[in-house]
Amino acid sequence: MAIKKFMYINRKAPYGTIYALESLEVVLIGAAFDQDVSLAFIGDGVYQLVKGQNTQAIGQKNFSPTYAALGDYDVNKIYVEKESLEERGLTLYDLQHLVWEDEDEDWAEKDSIRLVSRSELADVIDEQDVILSF
Amino acid sequence: MALLHTVNKSPFESSSFDTCLGYAKDGSTILFIEDGVYAATTGHSVADKIKNASGVSFAVLGPDLQARGLESKLADGIKVVDYDGFVNLVAEHDSVQSWL
Amino acid sequence: MPIEVNGKQLEVDEEGYLANLNDWEPAVAEVMAAAEDQPLTSDHWEIINFLREYYEEYQIAPAVRVLTKAVGKKLGKDKGNSKYLYELFPYGPGKQACKYAGLPKPTGCV
Repeated sequence: MAIKKFMYINRKAPYGTIYALESLEVVLIGAAFDQDVSLAFIGDGVYQLVKGQNTQAIGQKNFSPTYAALGDYDVNKIYVEKESLEERGLTLYDLQHLVWEDEDEDWAEKDSIRLVSRSELADVIDEQDVILSF
Repeated sequence: MALLHTVNKSPFESSSFDTCLGYAKDGSTILFIEDGVYAATTGHSVADKIKNASGVSFAVLGPDLQARGLESKLADGIKVVDYDGFVNLVAEHDSVQSWL
Repeated sequence: MPIEVNGKQLEVDEEGYLANLNDWEPAVAEVMAAAEDQPLTSDHWEIINFLREYYEEYQIAPAVRVLTKAVGKKLGKDKGNSKYLYELFPYGPGKQACKYAGLPKPTGCV
C-alpha cells in the first residue's frame, strides 16, 4: 500500500466539546497504519496543547499528557499556527514541549512542534492526500 | 434587577460573549464557565473589552480555568469562584441568563 | 461478573478489564493470571510495572508496537522484541499484560 500524507486539523478547545479527545483517539488508532501523519492546531485548537492542565475539579479525564506519547507513535510533525497563538495571547512557551526520539540517531530527542504562519500552513495543507477535520 | 449572565463558549469561536456584553447592564455580573473561561485570560482583544466594561462585574469558574491550564493567565479584575461560589452568585442575583 | 481480590468484589468489563483503574493492587494481577493459568515471574512483573508507569505518564495503554519499542529503549534490545513479549504473554502483550496491570485495552487494539 502506498504511503499517503494524512493531516488531522484540530480547531476546537479541549473539554467543552468532545472533538479534541476524539481526534486524539483517531490519531492513535490511525498510527497503526504506517502513513505519513501530521497534525495541525489552529484557532482554539491551540488550547489543546497548553501545559499545566488539571481537570481534577471538573471530573473529566485530563488527556493532555497523551500528546507527549505521540512521538512514540511516530507522529512527530505537529504544526501550530502562529497567528492563532498570538490572537489568544499565547506563545510557544505556554504549550507543552513535545519531542520525539530518533531511533536511528541513538534516541536523540527532537522537537515535534513546528511553529508556522497561516500562509505556510496553507501550503502544507495543500500537499496532503487526506485531511481529517476535528 | 441584577442579572447573572453566564457564557460557556470561547469568545474566539462564538459571538456569545459579545452579545452578552451588549446586554449586560450596570450592576450585573458576567460569569465565564466551560470554554467561556478563555475570555478571562490576558493578552488578546477580548481582554480589552472586559477592561473597558465599567459597571459590570466579572467572575470565572476556577475548576474550568484550571482544567484548561490557564490559571496563571487570568486577567486582573476577574473574580475566581468555585462551584459553591457559582451557587452563591445565582442566589445573589435576581435571575440568570445563560448565553449558550 | 466482578472478580474477588483480597475479599473485595472488583468490577470488570465483558473482556475482564478492570472497570476502575484505582481498584488495582498487585493481587489483582495475581488473581487474573491464576484464572488464565498464567504464572507471573519477575520478568512478567517488569512489563506489568512498565505498563503502569507508561499509563501514569501518558494516560494511555500503549499499542503493542509502541510498547515493544519503549521496552527496548528502557529494558534493552533483548526484551524489546515481540518474540520475548509474546513468550511472556501468549495472549498478546498488549491485551494480556494491560489487563493484569489494570489498564484499559490498548488504544488502537481492535
